[in-house]
Amino acid sequence: MTETLNTYRAGPDETGHFGIYGGRYVPETLMPLLSEVEEAYEAAKADPAFRAEFDNLMTHYVGRPSPLYFASRITEHCGGAKIYFKRDELNHTGAHKINNTLGQILLARRMGKTRIIAETGAGQHGVATATVCALFGIPCVVYMGAVDIERQKPNVFRMKLLGAEVVPVSTGSSTLKDAMNGALRDWVAHVDDTFYVIGTVAGPHPYPAMVRDFQSVIGIETREQIMAAEGRLPDTLVACIGGGSNAMGLFHPFLDDDGIRIVGVEAAGDGIDTDRHAASLSGGKPGVLHGNRTYLLQDEDGQIAEAHSISAGLDYPGIGPEHAWLHDSGRVEYASATDTAALDAFQLCSKLEGIIPALEPAHALAHVLEIAPDLPSDHILVMNMCGRGDKDVFSVADALGVDL
Amino acid sequence: MSRIEARFAALRAEGRGGLVTFVTAGDPDTELSTEILAGMPAAGADIIELGMPFTDPVADGPAIELASGRALAGGHNMVRTLAMVRGFRETDNETPIVLMGYYNPIYAYGPERFAADAGSAGVDGLIVVDLPPEEEAEFSVPARAAGMDMIRLVAPTTTDERIATLVENASGFVYYVSVRGITGTSSAAAGDIESNVARIRKQTDLPIAVGFGIRTPTQAADVAGVADAAVVGTAIVEKVAGALNEQNVPAGDVVGDTLGYVSQLAEAVRSARNGNAS
Repeated sequence: MTETLNTYRAGPDETGHFGIYGGRYVPETLMPLLSEVEEAYEAAKADPAFRAEFDNLMTHYVGRPSPLYFASRITEHCGGAKIYFKRDELNHTGAHKINNTLGQILLARRMGKTRIIAETGAGQHGVATATVCALFGIPCVVYMGAVDIERQKPNVFRMKLLGAEVVPVSTGSSTLKDAMNGALRDWVAHVDDTFYVIGTVAGPHPYPAMVRDFQSVIGIETREQIMAAEGRLPDTLVACIGGGSNAMGLFHPFLDDDGIRIVGVEAAGDGIDTDRHAASLSGGKPGVLHGNRTYLLQDEDGQIAEAHSISAGLDYPGIGPEHAWLHDSGRVEYASATDTAALDAFQLCSKLEGIIPALEPAHALAHVLEIAPDLPSDHILVMNMCGRGDKDVFSVADALGVDL
Repeated sequence: MSRIEARFAALRAEGRGGLVTFVTAGDPDTELSTEILAGMPAAGADIIELGMPFTDPVADGPAIELASGRALAGGHNMVRTLAMVRGFRETDNETPIVLMGYYNPIYAYGPERFAADAGSAGVDGLIVVDLPPEEEAEFSVPARAAGMDMIRLVAPTTTDERIATLVENASGFVYYVSVRGITGTSSAAAGDIESNVARIRKQTDLPIAVGFGIRTPTQAADVAGVADAAVVGTAIVEKVAGALNEQNVPAGDVVGDTLGYVSQLAEAVRSARNGNAS
């Protein structure tokens, strides 16, 4: 499966598949609506006015472009590759999520939808959705696992301040997967007026492609910025992966550049060899859930397994279908980092760079810390710092045994 | 003639609509579930839908999701579901059984192997809620080859144009999902059901069963009066749950309560004349 293609950027095909992955595995009630979303998105993409409104808000509301920052002290600490951070944690609301929610909610308005629903794990996507809903005065309902509500209290309060209703989901593992079930059930019951803002590059077609397109601003900016800083493209890209939207946003514009090593980092929880992790590519197999075919953590009967990660944003038993395809084709490497490694990276980054990273990119950083020392000093590595860690200080204190 | 065709032909001859009953396989445990299944025909079920438990049933409400959870907690799996059907067929070769569920357990079992095993166990049809016609080929081809019907779902949101595509190579019957929503939550207005059944009938001669939101004997009788069959699921599954204690251990007569309710539904459906029988 490692045959080189002319392009890795042409997917999905006209039926929404990336190889055997992706597609549209949903109840019949949603099928007509998904065609509607797809048509509306294609029309919006071709409309300069849509693009102009999106770009204008990205500049003046979100604060793009986000800087590409040379992390000199981490670089010095590793003693190898030159490490750059793409600073998407500096976006309004503190993560890359708003790139996507802004795009989708502009589309929802275009479609005349008057109510927005979303699922959230860490709460970053929920906050980003609630924020844009507040901006446009649209009612917003966010589904969130009861366990996640407990470990992400600051974000729950933030969503409520922004006027969103947060609905706890107590079924299954009470985390992100169950929140997505909750949102899908709501959507099936409110197809006429409601737009479902999916937070990652997963779900039924056209969501994986649409979310990727909105997030690709990360990689597009990175190309320009690294050319300005170094006069050439990077050698290695690293990003963390739960569903995989920040990674796809960084990777996609570089997929056809031969020689650039691209690494996605999954959450290994207690370790890939234990049954407590969230690494669907390393520890799962292909299956069908939440509207798409992709790698899933599951048992031999096809029952979905619970994912485990210290990071609520990576705590999902699946992964976007385009990642599944890039994995099988060999274009992107997929590694993993444990809770412990992520916690170490979280603390190191805070002390050395004055940047408290979210636990999600702390997984990417843990992998960077592992590979950078062995790389030459002229090797350029770009890591996506996709979120800031303010939301995580309580759970990190807890994990470190610190009483606040 | 398949068991499903034969059953609808018999219903037409009797001049009434049918009762389709849904229970989750393995709920509350494999043994009691097997007894419930065995008692369904005598209680008056014309067609049996047997739910294949799944951890993430996104088209179902809490009642059926909890039923799945009980079955899985007891170690129920796809192999046991097929064994239940095989056992049922030892004494009943007439009542159609339709398996209903989600695609991932089938995909994990292996679509071709599952089709062969289900066909030989005596399954007559399949409703795979999250497998629309656009994605079904890898499973529907072997399933049809094994003599089973792929039952197509039509929703209130389905356009006439799409109905035409859906019924094109459909067989068995068409399942009309009468509400915009998940199972067991709300009920559609009778007039709504009637006009949508008429909308589907314009495009197919297949029998039409109506499900979602049908809870009571009266509702079942009303629906069986305008469609070829009424499907009741959540209300039956709730009878199973109602006979369990908080630890999901049987505290009452699980089988008797469940089949008792099926009898009430069947009596109401049988007393309703079907003016629209085609």
